[in-house]
Order: sequence, then C-alpha cells, then structure tokens
Amino acid sequence: MTEYLAVLIFIFAGIGIVLFTFLLSRLLRPINPYHEKNINYECAENPIGTSWVKFNNRFYIFALIFVIFDVEVVFLFPWAVVFGQLGLYALVEMVIFIGILFFGIFYAWRKGALKWV
Amino acid sequence: MAEPGIVFWILAVVTVASAVMVVTLKNIFHCALALILCLFSVAGIYILLNAEFLAAAQVLIYVGAVAILMIFAIMLTSNLASKAIRQSNEQVMVGTVVSVLFCGGMLALIYLTDKAIVSEETGVAFWRQVRGTLPADNVASLGGYLMTKFMLPFEVVSVLLLAAMIGAIVLARKEKA
Amino acid sequence: MLFYLSLAAVLFAVGLFGVLTRRNTIGILMSLELMFNAANINFVAFNKYVWADGLIGQMFAVFIVVVAAAEAVVGLAIVLLLYRNWQGIDTDHVSVMKW
Repeated sequence: MTEYLAVLIFIFAGIGIVLFTFLLSRLLRPINPYHEKNINYECAENPIGTSWVKFNNRFYIFALIFVIFDVEVVFLFPWAVVFGQLGLYALVEMVIFIGILFFGIFYAWRKGALKWV
Repeated sequence: MAEPGIVFWILAVVTVASAVMVVTLKNIFHCALALILCLFSVAGIYILLNAEFLAAAQVLIYVGAVAILMIFAIMLTSNLASKAIRQSNEQVMVGTVVSVLFCGGMLALIYLTDKAIVSEETGVAFWRQVRGTLPADNVASLGGYLMTKFMLPFEVVSVLLLAAMIGAIVLARKEKA
Repeated sequence: MLFYLSLAAVLFAVGLFGVLTRRNTIGILMSLELMFNAANINFVAFNKYVWADGLIGQMFAVFIVVVAAAEAVVGLAIVLLLYRNWQGIDTDHVSVMKW
C-alpha cells in the first residue's frame, strides 16, 4: 500500500501548485476589470453568442465507439499478463473476443457511421 | 478488523461530498465534473481494498470513457446557456425522505447484522472472519480467472458490447428522411 | 469493513435521491452510475474482508463496470434520440405513454 503514497503526493502537489499559482497571481496582479476584459476571448473579434454552444451530433458516434473499444482494451491488460502461462488457449479466446467486436466496427463502417458527413 | 486510516476518511468525505454535488447542483455540466471526482475517489477506495486492477479499470472506463460520453451528451443536448433551468422535479421532499429512510435502514441493518449474527465457535461476527488471503498479484489472478473460470462471461461480454455498439449506432444515427 | 459498507450505503442513498428527483435524463443516468459504484464497493469490501480466497468479488465488480459502460452507451443514445424527437431531454417532456 505504501507505493501508492507517491500517487497521493503527486495529487496533493498537483492541487497545491495550481492553487499556489492562482493565489500568487491574485496577490500580484492589479485588479481593474471592465467590460471589454470580461467578454470571451475570440481572437480579438466580438464573440457571437455564449461559449456554451452545442456540439455537433456527429461527434457522438465516435465517442460511442471509443467507449466500446476502451472497455475492450481494459480486458487486454489481464490477458497480456497471463498470456505467457496459458499460451495458445488464451490467444484463441482473445481472438474470438476481438473477432466478435470486429463485427461491430465492420457494421459501423458498412453503415457509413464512420464517415464525416 | 483494523480501523481505516486517515486516507479512507479523506476519500469517503470526497466521495460523498461530490456525490451530493452530482445530485444537487443546478448546472448539469458541473454535475458531470463532480461525477468525475466521485468516480476517481471511488477508484482510491478500490486501491485501499487491494483491488488495483479494478481501480485502473474504473479510471479507464468510468473516468476516461463514460464520464466523457456523459459530457458529450450534455454538450449535444442541454441548453446550458439559460441559467434558470429547474433541474429537480417536485418530488424533492419525497425523495429526501425516501433516501434518508433507505440510508438509515441500510446502516441499521449493517450494524444490527454485525451485532446479531455471531458464529458459535469464535464468538465474533460471522463476517469478521476472513477466509483465505488475497492473491498477491491482482492483475495476474484476474487474468487467470478471465481465461479459465470466467471464460464464458468474458466472451458474452464481447457479445454484449457488440449489441450495445450496434444498438447505439442505430439509435444515434440520423435516419435519412 | 463496516465503514466501507456504510460508505456504500450512503453513496447508494445519494444516488437514489438523484434518480428520484432529477428532471434531466442525463442527471438520472449519472445518479445510476453512483448506485453502481456503491454496489461495486460492497462487492470488493466483502471480497477482501469475508471471502478473500480468490478474487470472485472483484471479478464480479469488473463485469459490473463493463455492463455499466454498455448501459451508458445505449442510454445516452436514447437520450440523444429523445432530444431529436422532443427538443428536450427532461423526463416530463416524455409523457406520451403516461396514463
């Protein structure tokens, strides 16, 4: 358990550095806000609307396929650890696993879901 | 049973506080960020419970994928610019009563079980006797389970993921009118 | 172990509150994830403190995480479809099948 102490120290150091930087800049800077300073930064143009815009729907399909294959990759880790002991048997199992998921990406591809329309 | 250390209490407080933020904050986007914090601290709890692989899976799947998908769905659908959206319905009172009752009942059950169900031989609660020891190598033994004992669930998971993927693509694609 | 079980009970109750009171369907899904996590903490705690002979509880929790991911994918796709058909994702928009 003690090896996770490093992770804890990293987390606290990360939070601390960010807070320290904000605090320091808060202490050092002059505080003089006016309207032009407070509007959203849009490359020196006047911004149109708010920054809370809606994303385009087509991003969603990619996020969705990403989630499925993320789950698949999580299963690859323990498989890789025991692969040396189990050999061919484990390989065949994983080929079946990935093969079934491959139908999914094949379906998405055939249906044109991967195309940027 | 060893008392949980200070780390457990920090993680528990962060978990419950961010969970409360998830269910009460007005802006749904802030709720998603609080959800990420909550899932992350639950991963820390898993590490305290010697479940390293599960903690990694939690961070990869939940924090890395599901929470991002939630944020995507929020950005796709919610009208975040209007600040006056009422996020909770008229059942707040009922919901509070029900969940406080539920929580109290669960806690009472846990402590009563600890008091009541005592094994005859040792005189301590049934669930305070640890049987066996956890395997030292977490990931390797989980991998061994996946490849041998849990082989069928493992393959069925891939069928489930395939079904989820095809179903979601069918649902999410814009049909050509 | 009692502390872990109590934490899971509190987390589950918070999730239950969220499911009962949220109007936004994505909020309901997020509360559901909280409840899944509470169940997972229970599985892993019992695995460590009661039946440490093997990692069955952790295995179960891994499958729960995976099934929750699949559920989130399909659920959010349904949310997207709701948005497309009703121009809003609050649960009181979708009352067509309510008697």
